[in-house]
Amino acid sequence: MNTLSGVWTWLTTAANWSGENGVWHRLEQHLVLTFACLVISALIALPVALTLGHLGRGGALAVNLANIGRAVPTFAVLVLLLLTPLGRHGQWPTIIALVLFAIPPLLTNAYVGMREVDRDVVRAARGMGMTGTQLVWRVEVPLAFPLVLTGIRIAAVQLVATATLAALVGGGGLGRIITAGFNLASTPQVVAGAVLVAVFALLMEAGFELAQRCAPDRSRGRSR
Amino acid sequence: MTAPPPDDCLARNDWICGDYLSTRRQILLDAVVQHLQLTVISVALGLVIAVPLALLARRRRWTVGPVLGITTVLYTIPSLAMFSLLLPVYGLSATLVVVGLALYSLTLLVRNLLAGLDGVPAEAKEAARGMGYGPTRQLLAIELPLAVPAAMAGLRIATVSAVALTTVGAIVGYGGLGNLIYAGMNSFFKAQVLTASVLCVIIAVVFDLLLLGAERLLTPWRRAGHRARRRTRAGEGVKRLVTVGGRRT
Repeated sequence: MNTLSGVWTWLTTAANWSGENGVWHRLEQHLVLTFACLVISALIALPVALTLGHLGRGGALAVNLANIGRAVPTFAVLVLLLLTPLGRHGQWPTIIALVLFAIPPLLTNAYVGMREVDRDVVRAARGMGMTGTQLVWRVEVPLAFPLVLTGIRIAAVQLVATATLAALVGGGGLGRIITAGFNLASTPQVVAGAVLVAVFALLMEAGFELAQRCAPDRSRGRSR
Repeated sequence: MTAPPPDDCLARNDWICGDYLSTRRQILLDAVVQHLQLTVISVALGLVIAVPLALLARRRRWTVGPVLGITTVLYTIPSLAMFSLLLPVYGLSATLVVVGLALYSLTLLVRNLLAGLDGVPAEAKEAARGMGYGPTRQLLAIELPLAVPAAMAGLRIATVSAVALTTVGAIVGYGGLGNLIYAGMNSFFKAQVLTASVLCVIIAVVFDLLLLGAERLLTPWRRAGHRARRRTRAGEGVKRLVTVGGRRT
């Protein structure tokens, strides 16, 4: 198990953690990229999904968008954007690709969440004289919240994974440790980088799992 | 006197270029063949592992948690990391990409197979028992066929994602069309990147349609059913999509 001890040595060498190419710097890039893109895509997708869900229109759009997204390779989109004039503007190709792929799960889950709100509850709220806006914010959004949160969770985990791929096209983030390892033909560094990425992705998933467990009572058992 | 540079779309580095298609036909064909092989073998391998796992999970209820837990954790690992983690085991080989993709398809296949088997109506099983079917015959003749629609939904998603994910295999040199995208990126060869990307999407769509056709052939009783049943199915489709979660990257 030569590789295993090599990986351990790589991970325990302080020099690999500090500096421009160090783990801490790459982790910071990864985090900033993930959260920036999550915020941008949520700002685009959630208002659209909540409006369409409230009106009960565009269901086919919300569902088909997710299906079409699956067939398009992220790596191909990253490279295509890199080769357009946008490619000369630093991080933008990566950010655009990440946002494009984070929108479908946010949109689909928020839309379905709004549609699955019990119609009797909606009718009752209308009967009480609630206006459209009140209905959205006091009834539909709170009841749809578990599925909206599931969408955010899927988008966040997906963003962590996609930010890794950005390294293939010269972006920052933890994936760079893996690609640098390939360039150096250093298997221990490649595997150490992969372990770090995998742990980060799993922590992200676990964090959301925990948040969903702690969410208000009414959401339990509906979120999945 | 030097000849002027040729003024064709290759020299201009256009996105869309007919000359590229005709001059590199063999390279494209090889890449497509590799892409198809990697995808088909990995999903087939995933299916071969998923069916016994799902049957085991149904026979021994306590294994459901661990089986679903482990496959879900595997699904969370980013593809670049997955391929790199398998590197010490398989080296730079096609096997590495196949195993990585098969592990991803497991989550979708096991989940949907279990959902399909759990969805078999109790009356159907009772009727089979009443007709004197043993457990094996009941499984093969009643439960598995009735689980086909749900299982096929998982298989379609797994296959389409595998087609897209194969491109990442370019990092170890076995990415099918991904190899062309990777090489095109380094040489700024626009026609090659666009052509390979479009071919990926076409392959994914063709596979999806083929599986949809296979599903219709395998479930003739559903076509005989009437509109009323189809209406209830439409609602199920949306729910299933959400439980399956996001795409892989």
